[in-house]
Amino acid sequence: MNDKSNNLLEMRGITKYFPGVVANSDVDFDVRYGEVHTLLGENGAGKSTLVKILFGLYQADKGDLLLRGEAMEISSPSDAISSRIGMIHQHFMLVPTLTVAENVALGMPSTRRPLTDLDKVSKKISEISEEHGLAVDPAEIVEHLSVGERQRVEIIKALYRDAELLVLDEPTAVLTPKEVDDLFVILRRMADNGRGLIFISHKLREVMSLSDRITVLRNGQVVGATTPGETSREELAQMMVGRAVRLTPDLPPNEVKESRLSLNNVSVKNDSDTLAVDNVSFEVRAGEILGIAGVSGNGQREIAEAIAGLRPIEPNGLIEINGSNVSDTSTRSRRDQGLGFIPEERVPDGAIPEFTVEENLILVDHETDDFVNRGLFSFDKISEHSSQLVSDFNVKTPSVNTPTSSLSGGNIQKVILARELSASPSVLLACQPTRGVDIGAAEYIHNRLIEQRELGTATLLISEDLDEVLGLSDRVAVMYEGKVIAVVSGEDAGREKVGLLMAGITEAVDA
Amino acid sequence: MNDFFTSGVLVATAASAIRLATPYLLASLGETIGQRSGVLNLGVDGVMLLSAFFSYWTVLQTGNLWLAVVVALAVGVIMGVLYGIITVFFEATQGISGIGIFIFGLGFSDLMFRQQVGTPKPVQRLPNVDIPVLADIPYIGEPLFQRSLLTYLAFALVPLTFLLLNKTTFGLNIRSVGENPQAADSLGVSVERTRFAAILIGNTLAGLAGAALVLQLGIFQPNLTQGMGFIAVALVYFGAWRPLGVMGGALLYGLVNATVLQWKSLGIIPVSISDLAGMAPAIVTIGALILLARRVNAPAALTKPFSRH
Repeated sequence: MNDKSNNLLEMRGITKYFPGVVANSDVDFDVRYGEVHTLLGENGAGKSTLVKILFGLYQADKGDLLLRGEAMEISSPSDAISSRIGMIHQHFMLVPTLTVAENVALGMPSTRRPLTDLDKVSKKISEISEEHGLAVDPAEIVEHLSVGERQRVEIIKALYRDAELLVLDEPTAVLTPKEVDDLFVILRRMADNGRGLIFISHKLREVMSLSDRITVLRNGQVVGATTPGETSREELAQMMVGRAVRLTPDLPPNEVKESRLSLNNVSVKNDSDTLAVDNVSFEVRAGEILGIAGVSGNGQREIAEAIAGLRPIEPNGLIEINGSNVSDTSTRSRRDQGLGFIPEERVPDGAIPEFTVEENLILVDHETDDFVNRGLFSFDKISEHSSQLVSDFNVKTPSVNTPTSSLSGGNIQKVILARELSASPSVLLACQPTRGVDIGAAEYIHNRLIEQRELGTATLLISEDLDEVLGLSDRVAVMYEGKVIAVVSGEDAGREKVGLLMAGITEAVDA
Repeated sequence: MNDFFTSGVLVATAASAIRLATPYLLASLGETIGQRSGVLNLGVDGVMLLSAFFSYWTVLQTGNLWLAVVVALAVGVIMGVLYGIITVFFEATQGISGIGIFIFGLGFSDLMFRQQVGTPKPVQRLPNVDIPVLADIPYIGEPLFQRSLLTYLAFALVPLTFLLLNKTTFGLNIRSVGENPQAADSLGVSVERTRFAAILIGNTLAGLAGAALVLQLGIFQPNLTQGMGFIAVALVYFGAWRPLGVMGGALLYGLVNATVLQWKSLGIIPVSISDLAGMAPAIVTIGALILLARRVNAPAALTKPFSRH
């Protein structure tokens, strides 16, 4: 039965409607014993819907599901679990205040009913940990665990329930590169032991390295099936998006002019009152993109908030926008000086999720005469303005009156971009502009940033995505422990050199 | 003040503190179970009023104290089913629907009292039951071991609630649906059923609290509770959602209450400010709440209705 050529799972002609959308249209998908079968697609392509149907969270409107060759009806997560299907959700399904053992035991029958049997559970967790290389202490409270450890708890939960078919919905989204490598070793071993794995991702590097087979979804339909040996990242990206995509942007030559944003000896404290930014000075000139590279938590967030006016700077520091000192001024007055700001957290810092697209688009300048007539909103003007921006910036939304929370991350980001760029900023502060965003939307956002550069905007780009910083920046400043330890020009900034600088190693680079 | 520090008065104060703490303790333990499952019930006071009236009325009609307790439990169950349907199945906003239950309880108990009774008549009180041997221990025998069965039950429920929440599978389900219902749902735990059961237990205990109140006093009047149910909700926060902490809060409240009553009767508190002194328990509790309870987080899903989409 565990023959590798047999199908563990077969989904045939799965169709699922949501009000106004076809989330899955006649999707065929199967998983064999002992393989990793990747579902690849942009956000909203229907990957999550398909596996939620498999896990009993949604019911398909049409189609058949065969498990181990037999037709199955899965109407709830408990049906799925008893059919030995396990799911690792994109957002951890853990109770942070409970211990690892309690999280694993949750929902399982106890041998000491009505009491829990946590000692037995802990023992079995230790066995599973050992067998699969998933080190974790069963008695530890989950909120004290690192993200990588929480991921392991999720996998242990599925193995504890003896899952044979394991669904992993974007399991690497929150992991560091090292944690991803470790996870892949574990997943590969699980597949080699005869389990079937469904890997959902839109990260092409990872998909190429882990998958046995790849099925690509777009707009709810299967648009291709391939294997890593037969394809390339570029080809996969093209299948996902439906057109050729440039994965790394090209930076055309551009004329750099006067200084627009300058920081002199700026120090900033973080929330726990220690120095997060330590005496930093740099300037950004019109027509250039200055990228800030660094491992997360080295002061990037604090410096961005200081420039935006959301966090005070220490005395003696100086921030100037277009020559005027804004060190102690409000966010509003900095915006009036020409600052545009794309914050790191799309929601809730960049957009109010409960507000409509239209309301978020006028969030900054809703008090100007453009939109207000004798103290009242002129709704015609607002909706005209919003509709124009939605079409200019390619925002996919049913209407300008749709709540922003129902848009995908990429589209929310486009709404923010539209708002900030439509004000023609002379200085643009862009923080993690494409984090968690589709390939297509990321490419679009990159092109818009390059377009701003050609228009003469001075852009400060802060990103943890090294490819993005290297591809977009005229100069790269590397931050380490609150200091800018080096500024290198775009041409000199190789992946390796910047990588060493990000780890705080300057000697090798100077030589 | 010297009158107060005599052994007789101190023992009597301690005894009355424990008696006064009983309804608070019952209601707060019930509210704790509900809140740990993620459901805030602000209707406790209304449920207490209803159960207090109907158990009083039962004694008035039949003279049977234990039938009165059963009636109070039944009132709690009925109100629990009602509140469960409103909050779990209709996913109503909990703060507002709890206030609705309170107002209903206040109005309906008042109406029934005026219709069926009219003027307050005293009834038989819940007898104190001496626990053999222990009741004769000097000083602590009277306050601890010469109490009513409902008082013993209330204090026995403290470790039982602890066991229920921390050592049973049902308690694990309660805690997880109160912290992360999506996670519980993904593991096949029914969020609806778990919350409904927790609400039912909570309201049943609120019903019992009403019976304890009225059967200790031996009389009913409109708005008998005067907001006790709301204090019980506050005591849950005070006790940081833990049965032992809640007991501490109920005892503190009972003690301050008993002390004020004692001081009034001894004349330590002048009559002119005696009404003002009646606020002391609330002020002490609020003060302690500010000082103590800030560091502990409420259940993460408290007041948040659950649905899959």
